[in-house]
Amino acid sequence: MKVFRTTSPGREVAGDPFPIYGAAESTQKKTPKRGGGDGEDKDAAGSQKLAKRGKELKEEMDALVDEIDEVLEENAEEFVKNYVQRGGQ
Amino acid sequence: MAIPKVMGTEIEYGITVKGDPDFDPISSCVLLVNCYREEHYGEILWDYDQENPLADARGFQVDGEKYTPNQQENIARNKTLINGARYYVDHAHPEYSCPEVTNARELVIHEKAGERILEASRREASSLLPAGAQMLLYKNNSDRKGNSYGAHENYLMDRRTSFKQIVEHLMPFFVTRQVFCGAGKVGSENRGHSCDYQISQRADFFETEVALDTMVKRPIINTRDEPHADREKYRRLHVIVGDANLSEYTIYLRTGVTALVLSMIEDGAIRKNLSLRDPVAAIKEVSHDPECRRAVHLESGKRLTAVEIQAEYLEMALAYCAGREVSAETEDVLAKWQRALESLRRDPMELERQIDWVMKKGMIESFMQRKSLSWDAPQVQMLDLQYHDLRPDKGLYYMLERQGRAERIVADAEIALAIRTPPEDTRAYFRGECLRRYGSAVFGVNWDSISFSVDDEPIKRILMAEPLKGSRAHVEELLNQSPTAADLVRNLRA
Repeated sequence: MKVFRTTSPGREVAGDPFPIYGAAESTQKKTPKRGGGDGEDKDAAGSQKLAKRGKELKEEMDALVDEIDEVLEENAEEFVKNYVQRGGQ
Repeated sequence: MAIPKVMGTEIEYGITVKGDPDFDPISSCVLLVNCYREEHYGEILWDYDQENPLADARGFQVDGEKYTPNQQENIARNKTLINGARYYVDHAHPEYSCPEVTNARELVIHEKAGERILEASRREASSLLPAGAQMLLYKNNSDRKGNSYGAHENYLMDRRTSFKQIVEHLMPFFVTRQVFCGAGKVGSENRGHSCDYQISQRADFFETEVALDTMVKRPIINTRDEPHADREKYRRLHVIVGDANLSEYTIYLRTGVTALVLSMIEDGAIRKNLSLRDPVAAIKEVSHDPECRRAVHLESGKRLTAVEIQAEYLEMALAYCAGREVSAETEDVLAKWQRALESLRRDPMELERQIDWVMKKGMIESFMQRKSLSWDAPQVQMLDLQYHDLRPDKGLYYMLERQGRAERIVADAEIALAIRTPPEDTRAYFRGECLRRYGSAVFGVNWDSISFSVDDEPIKRILMAEPLKGSRAHVEELLNQSPTAADLVRNLRA
């Protein structure tokens, strides 16, 4: 579920000054440890579980990349080139 | 016995206007801070009389011109908020200095409230720009073209602890703490050795060990001696070596561990000599090693990795805390510090829900893998920048948080409350409450003073040299008995 949809690009409307940020803390997913489960699953059922976990991981990563694709600034090269700041502290 | 660690952060944000080729940072900053409105507003000055940024902790005063803007410029550039914070224009960046707090968790809440305050004013400012133009803010420290801006931390310390001791015991800690509090950066700059990805945003910019400067030739330890409190009793350690963090977990760990190490220095509990042969070179070597495997040279001739040096501090901290009563937060900080170091030793990527530089790296690598991109691809650089974007719908840190890929420390409701509510246990309470109750009579504010203009009487300046006084417990009754600023001034005199 996405909490935010972008408003029309370019111009923003000042509405609610404090939009709701992330989802509630309770929605945190536990990201599995890399290579988790090794040594535990020696039988067939185990390797099936592992394959299922691998598939879930791939799906999670796909979901992440898909959402990045939706929000990543277009014209990355020009955008990054134009981001110039004066030195501060 | 170590004194309570009153603390706060000052974050300079990156600013740009998309769709405006004539973007001017200073006028954009002025627009931004003036787009944030609280109902108390009269025209309140920032009281520069109380400032002395040219005093050096090594015991001398540096020559130079003190910045004192005229009244109109002062009011246009400075906002003091009812939560006790200062929101202002510093050179060409908007800056948010959170109110004084007494623990790491509260610091997370108030630093996060700052992000939301800047985002609220950014939206308002953007709505005033011509169609097609949009103001954007970044909580980072570099434009990746050699220009850096700071995220400073401040910790109250006992004046009796000599600055020499602070430098000696803190240097190895500051060079290496980035392994659990860096914000991560693609590539290098400022003539740094080239690399794909490094741990810290700021490491490329440190050129000397100890100095007063903050804008050029940046030192790992800054000597600014401006306590904003009773200078006979206190110093304020002004830490410029850190990155601007977005992860709550990272902010919490960075602040909690640093405060603990400073208490240990005050109590003489750092007994090992971990002095580095070349701290300036080491801070870059550590940053350029996201595997956390490279060892740096100690003066003793030993070679230790950054994680091993941190483990030495942890061991001393465990011994220090074993012998005394510590807060539940300190216990929690110790446990998280220990877990972070164990993970860093095994595989830093275990921390991809906790530590900014690891979170960003994991995200970028997933993207690169799916899209078959290399580290120098423009999209990869865009991911780096956009991680720090303050827009909740575009900022990639916020996206990770929404997806449950960021371990939280505080609740959204606590952050929302802190936008308009000062901490209760420091003088920030008195500052914020005075603005809320008597805003139109407040003439000027600084960290350690607030002055009132009442009727035709001369301006009354109330000094707050004790950061822990002016708390709710101290002053709520007084405030309740003072319906007007005139009553307050009279009651204070009584």
